[in-house]
Parts: sequence; structure tokens; C-alpha cells
Amino acid sequence: MAAAPAKTPGQAPLVLGLLLAPALFWLLALVILPHVDLAILSFRERVGPRQYAASLAQYKTFFEEPLYLHVFLRTAVMSVIATFLTLLLAFPIAWIIAKLARGRAGSLLFIVCLIPFWVSETVRTLGWMILLRESGVLPALLVKLGLASVPPELLYRDATILVGLVYTSLLFMVVPLVTALESLDNSLIEAAYDLGAGGFTILRKIVIPHAAPGITAGCIVVFMLTLGNYLTPTLLGGKNSQWFTEQIYTQFITRFNWEQGAAFGFLLLGLSTALVVAGLKISGQQFGDVMRRT
Amino acid sequence: MIPSLPRPLWLRASTAAYLLAFLAFLFLPLIVVGVFAFNDAPYPAPPWRGFTLDWFVGNSAAGRTGLFADSELLGSLWTSCIVATWVTLLSALIGTSNAFLLERGRFRGKQTLSVLMLAPLVIPGVILGISILAFASRIAEFADDTFGLELDFLRPGLPLVVLGQFSYIATIATLTISARLRRFDTTLEEAALNLGASKTAVFRTILLPYLRPALLGSAGISFLMSFADFNTTLMVVGSDSPLTVMMYGRMREGASPVLNAVSLFLMIASALLALALLRRGSRTAA
Repeated sequence: MAAAPAKTPGQAPLVLGLLLAPALFWLLALVILPHVDLAILSFRERVGPRQYAASLAQYKTFFEEPLYLHVFLRTAVMSVIATFLTLLLAFPIAWIIAKLARGRAGSLLFIVCLIPFWVSETVRTLGWMILLRESGVLPALLVKLGLASVPPELLYRDATILVGLVYTSLLFMVVPLVTALESLDNSLIEAAYDLGAGGFTILRKIVIPHAAPGITAGCIVVFMLTLGNYLTPTLLGGKNSQWFTEQIYTQFITRFNWEQGAAFGFLLLGLSTALVVAGLKISGQQFGDVMRRT
Repeated sequence: MIPSLPRPLWLRASTAAYLLAFLAFLFLPLIVVGVFAFNDAPYPAPPWRGFTLDWFVGNSAAGRTGLFADSELLGSLWTSCIVATWVTLLSALIGTSNAFLLERGRFRGKQTLSVLMLAPLVIPGVILGISILAFASRIAEFADDTFGLELDFLRPGLPLVVLGQFSYIATIATLTISARLRRFDTTLEEAALNLGASKTAVFRTILLPYLRPALLGSAGISFLMSFADFNTTLMVVGSDSPLTVMMYGRMREGASPVLNAVSLFLMIASALLALALLRRGSRTAA
């Protein structure tokens, strides 16, 4: 039925319709219409029992209530820091995989780096909690080494949240970086070296420009995932996490204030989209290419 | 720098040190999860008090409820399996249909459609969840008000969890299967048609076997992603919690080595799945 070969002139409309229907149903019923509905929700206000009026009250609350704005900005800034740290940590390992390890060792190392991401984020976060909590492994180790007199509580700090976020995001940075670096011709580096360029100059003038598409793709995906993360900040940060997705959850599920929650959702979506678009503009890439790259 | 250039000793030493530290960072959390599943203590914390299997096989008579006696946890594991099976099936079906639509179809707006299909990947999971929750509730309210129909499947619960996860996993399946279909040599298909095969026969005997690796690969990924999904699921979950949501709840309450036991179980299961996929992948490549 679906085997209409490409070169037959004129396509059976029935086949096309059959293929189009599920795609349209998926996109309309599960993606587009729900977001339209969410937009409508966010632009209305409850004026009485089951009575609603169009209003900007939800967005006004966001800008007038210092807590919401603070959490929003904090989430954005922390996500930027996490993205940057992920890039710093992932770049050398991608370099080792793509350039230094020879033959099978490289692909083996690549697979080894991917292994932790086959298990769910819940499990990985559990591991960090066991490592970092006051009665956990690292505080006990610090006491044993004489670096602390009482086991310090390493959970519920901003740095902890960042560690968790970086850990969770590594895969999405390593994969596009390796792909980008593998396509870099070694002879370019050799030529630069022969012409007297130092390591830093080679990195700045040859490696980074070549890897720019991979770097952008990785950064965009990591930033998006970090911004929308819920599990890692709430578990590793506890009450101090103040992550914006938590505000959305509170409004939607705990307070049942869907109008406010919808507005928050749109603000987060707006921020995420704005940064994706900005990232693409800066690097001059197409959205589709970036997504296929990762 | 690269191996063909001279690398000073300090650089080689620091590369090695970095690699070791990186691998430790990567695997330490997983190792502690596994190790403390066997610690003979009520909390997953040091010191080591000896080896025990209580957290797997213990029952209430022993004072410790192990994984295999924890009906709540086992129930949520089962729930996750059911949800993941549905998501995998639906994603494989729509992924195949979308692949043919995008690779073979000729119609106006195809470019727009293919970009639109990528959108679910850039929408944060939490927002996918709340938008589907809100929209489903609106339809349910509407049906109730106008026709007096009770559409329970549109209320928070497993059907919505399946739909929520499907909404973005379908994109991944579409990308995987399209990528393979794009590399298909259409002359094979033409030859078969010239030799008198029907279109259905061509699809069944040539295209489907060709797509098999991509179908299996995307099914494996879909299953794992569904199993691991938290953000979208949390927003639309009803009374039956899938495993991630159940674990999250328990992790907030406090720590118990049962969670380590179930995590170790998950790790082994996904490692086996990964190995199976890798072996299959290398066999088809060869």
C-alpha cells in the first residue's frame, strides 16, 4: 500500500491521504492544538465560577511578583552556566575520541561515554544523591581524609544542581562535537603547526571555526534540556532549587491555577525558542540540520 | 594536539589524567547505585556493613521489603512496561508512515510539515505535558457538557501518559526511519515491479526487510525513552504511576536501598537491550 515508487508519475491521492492522516493527526491533536489551547488559557482570567474573561492578568502577575521573575531569570542564568560548563567538559573528551584515540579505541571510548545515558535520569540522580548527601560517600571520604571535621551537606547547593545538570547533558554535547571534530582534516592542523602556530592559535583559528556547527548544535540542545529539566534541580536542589519548571508544576498541579501555569509555560517556551533562534542566527544554520545532527 | 605532532610530556600526562577523571565522573554515580543495593544497612550510605540480598529477595517477615516483594514498585515497573510498549508500537507505525510521506510523497507544504515534525523536540517536556493535559481536559469538559459523555481516557492517567510521550518520541522514530529509507536503492523496487510484483508484495518482501534495522533501532530507543521519561509523564499522570514517577516520589521521602535494587535491575536490563541493538547493528553493517 505504501510502496508507491518515487518515479511513477502522479501519485494515488488515496495513498497520500492515508500517509498524511496520521501525521496531521499527531501534529494537530498532540502538538499544535494543545499549544493553541494553552495560549488561550494563558490570556484569560477567572471572573466567577466557570466564568472567564480575556485578560493579561497572568502575565502581569509574573512581572509584578518578584519571586516569579527572580526564579525565571535564575533558571535562565543557571542554564547558560550549565551549558558553558558542559561544553568545557565535553570538548576535551570529544577531542580525545575524534583525534587522539586510534582506530577501535576511539569508537570503544565513544560507546563507553554513551553507556550512562542508557539508564534513566532518575537512576543517575539517585547515584548523585548517594554520593553527595550528608551521610553519603563523598562527605564521609572528606572526613576520613581529614579535610572536614564533620561530614558536610553537599546536596541542596547551586553547585550541586550544576553538577547534576552538566552530567545529564554531557551526551548531547559529546555526540555533535565528535561528529564535527571527526570531519576536521588532520593535515590542516599539521600545516598550521609547520607554519609555526601554537596550540592555542590552532584551536582558535582552525579547530573552533570548523567545529562551530557542532558546538552550536550541542549548546542549543543542552540549553533547551536544562531549561526544561525538572527532576535534577528538584532532587539535587531540594527547596533551594527554585527552578522555573517547578513553578509551572506548582501552578498547574498543586494550586490548580491553570491560567497562571499556562502563562508560565509560554514564558518558558518563549525563552527557549528565543535562544534557539538566536543560536541559529549567530551560527547561520538551519533548524533542520541542527536537529538531524544530534 | 593530534598524534602526528610532537606532544610534550605534561600534555600527555594531563590528557591521561583528564580521561581518568572524566570516566570516574561518568561512572561513579552508577557504581554507587549498584554497590549500595547489596549493603546490609537500612540506608544506602556508607559505611559498608556486609553483603546482603535482602533488598532484592527480602519480604516483610524479614523486616525488609526487597524489590521482589514490593508490590507497589513492581506494579509501577509493569505500568512502565505497558506504557513503553504502546509508545513503541505507535511511534514505529507513525515513524514508518511519516518516512514514506516525507521521502516519497510529493505535495505542497512538505517542507513546512517536515520542520513542524521536529518541533516536539524543542518544546520542553513539561510544556508538552501541560498543554496536552489542558487540551484533553477541555475536550472532556466539552463532551461532558454537550453530550453528557464521560471520556475518562482524557483525564490524567495512562492513556494521556502514552499520548504525551508519543508526541515527541514519534519525531525520533520518524527521523531514524526516514534516514534509512532515504538511502534505499529504488532500482530494486523498480525491478520487482517490472517482474510483476504487486505493490503490496514489494512493500512486504523488499522495503520492510530493508527497513528492519531502523525499525528495531527506533523501537529500542522509543522503549528506553518512554521508560526514562519523567517531565511529560509527571504532568499527565493519574493514580497509576510509572516507575520514574514512583521512584521520584520515594526519593523525595527518603532513601531506601530498594531503590538501588530496582535501579540496578534497570541498568542491567538496558545494558542487555543496548548490547542486543549494537550486535544487530554491527551484523547488518558487516
